[in-house]
Amino acid sequence: MTSLVLAPGLAADAPRPGGVRVLVERARRVFAGSGVVLDGLDLDVAAGTFVALLGPSGCGKSTLLRLVAGLDQADGGSVKLLAPEGAERPRIAYVFQDAHLLPWRNVLDNAALPLELAGVGRDERRAQALVALQQVGLGDAAARHPAELSGGMKMRVSLARALVTRPSILLLDEPFAALDELTRQRLDDQLRALWLDLGMTVLFVTHSNAEAAYLAERCIVFSRRPARILLDTPIDLPRERAASLRSDPHFARALGPLQDALLAGEAP
Amino acid sequence: MKTSLAAAAPPLLSLVLLLGAWEALVRVLAVPAYLLPPPSQIAAAFAADATTLGLATWTTAKSALLGFALSGVIGVLVAVALSASRLLERAFYPYAVFLQTVPIVAIAPLLVLWFGPGERAVSVSAFIVSVFPVVANALSGLRSVEPALRDLFRLYGAGKLRTLLLLSLPSSLPSIVTGLRIAGGLAVIGAIVGEFVAGFAEGTPGLGILIMSAPRQLRTDLLFAAVLCASALGLGLFGATNLGGWLLLRRWHPSEKS
Ligand SMILES: Nc1ncnc2c1ncn2[C@@H]1O[C@H](COP(=O)(O)OP(=O)(O)OP(=O)(O)O)[C@@H](O)[C@H]1O
Ligand SMILES: [Mg+2]
Repeated sequence: MTSLVLAPGLAADAPRPGGVRVLVERARRVFAGSGVVLDGLDLDVAAGTFVALLGPSGCGKSTLLRLVAGLDQADGGSVKLLAPEGAERPRIAYVFQDAHLLPWRNVLDNAALPLELAGVGRDERRAQALVALQQVGLGDAAARHPAELSGGMKMRVSLARALVTRPSILLLDEPFAALDELTRQRLDDQLRALWLDLGMTVLFVTHSNAEAAYLAERCIVFSRRPARILLDTPIDLPRERAASLRSDPHFARALGPLQDALLAGEAP
Repeated sequence: MKTSLAAAAPPLLSLVLLLGAWEALVRVLAVPAYLLPPPSQIAAAFAADATTLGLATWTTAKSALLGFALSGVIGVLVAVALSASRLLERAFYPYAVFLQTVPIVAIAPLLVLWFGPGERAVSVSAFIVSVFPVVANALSGLRSVEPALRDLFRLYGAGKLRTLLLLSLPSSLPSIVTGLRIAGGLAVIGAIVGEFVAGFAEGTPGLGILIMSAPRQLRTDLLFAAVLCASALGLGLFGATNLGGWLLLRRWHPSEKS
C-alpha cells in the first residue's frame, strides 16, 4: 500500500528523463587525519539502475556519494557521469540523512529551491514544486512551515525538493534512517514507485540489508575502510514490490548473502 | 490574564515596599534632598520638568537610534566580509576585539575633534559602543550555517551572492537578532557617555547633559528622573528589537516558539 499520488502529466506513457551511467575508475580519496578512505575503487552503474550501497560505518559510502555528486574531488582515478548520446547535462539530486530544509521557508518554497537557484521564474517553479509535492503525497502541506511537520513529512519534502529538477541521478545517503520503521517502509514504497515512474539512476546508501533488498535491483556491499567491493549482486525480485514481499521466502533468501557479506566486512 | 497578574504581583509588591521604605527613611532621618530625594519628589520632578525630560529623551533617543542603526548595518556588513575569508577574519577580527576594549570615555574627546561637538559625535559614540556584539554574533551565525545546506546550494550551482542572500543571512538571523538585542542597550549607554563629552552644542540638550548639569544645580531629583528616562529608553530599544526578532523568527525558530 502506498499513498503515492501520481501527478497529471507523469503517467507511465509520458516521456521519461532517463538516467545517467555512473563510471568510477580507480577512485582514490585520502583525508588528512583519517587516512585512505577509497583506494582504487571501481564501480560501473548502468543508466536508470537502482543500486543500494551497504557497508560498515566509516567505510567510505558517503565519501563515494559526495564524489559522484561532485561535492568532493577524488585524489586519484576518475568519477564520471555519462549521459546518453544527445542528452543534456546530468542533473544531480542529493538527499541527506536529515531533511535539511530551510526553516524560514514554507514547504512549497523549500521544494522550489533548486529551480529558484537554476533561475526558473516564480510561478513556473512553484507550479513544478507543487507537482513534486503531490508526487510524495504532500500537496496539502504546501503552505506549512517545516517546524510544523513530522519527521517523515520533512523527509518527504526533502525528497520532493530532490525530484523537482527531474534529476537524472538521485543520490540518497541513509535518507530514512532517522524515521520509525513504518514511516520508513512507506517512504521506501514511495521512492520505489517514483523511481519506476521517473526512471532515473539511484544510488541509495543504507545500513539495513532489508531496505536495500526491498528497494534495489542491485546491491553492493563494501568492506571496512579503504572500501573494497565484497559483494555485488543483482536482486531477483519482481518489479512491482509491496509490503507483503517483506515476509516472502524469496525476500528472505535475497537477504542471506547480503548479511554474510556485511558480517565479513565488519570482521578485521 | 490571571496568570500574568500573578506573575506581575511579586515584583510590583517589592517595588511598592522598596519605595515606601525609601520615602519613610528619607523623611524620618531628614536626609537633605540634594543627597537623596524621596520618591515623591522625583515623581514631582517628572511632572514639573516633563518638557525638559521629554525633549532630552528624544534628543538622546535620536542619537542612540542612529548609532544603533549604524551598528546593525555596518556590523552585519563587517561580519559578512570577515566570514567571506579566513584571511580577512584573521587580519581584522583582533582589532575589532581591541576596539571593544577601548573605553569610550577615553576616545570621546577624539570624536569631538573629528566630528565636532553635537549629535554626530554622540551617534558615533553610540555606534562604537554597540557595534561589536553585532559583528561577533553575526559572524558566529554566518560561520555556523549547516554544511549540508552549503553543499545543497553548491550542488545546484548557486553563486556566492545568492548563497549569502538565500542561505547564510537568513540562517544567521537568530544570531543577528541576539547581537542587536545587546546592541540596543549599549547604544543608549554610548549615546549618554558621548553626550557627557560631546553633547554641548546648539539644540536641545540630551539626557547625558541633564545628568551632568542637574547635580550642579542641586537638582538631584531631576538627575534621578533623567536616569530613569535613560533606563526606559534602553528598555524600549531592547523591547523593540525583541518584538522585531519575534516578528521575523516566530514562524520558524525554536527560540521564538512560546
Ligand atoms: N571531510 C573529511 N575530513 C576528514 N576525514 C573525513 C572526511 N570525510 C570523511 N572522513 C573520514 O572518511 C572515512 C569514511 O567516511 P564516510 O563518511 O564516507 O563513511 P560512511 O561509510 O558514510 O560511514 P557511515 O555509515 O557511518 O555514514 C571516515 O573515517 C571519516 O572519518
Ligand atoms: Mg555516511
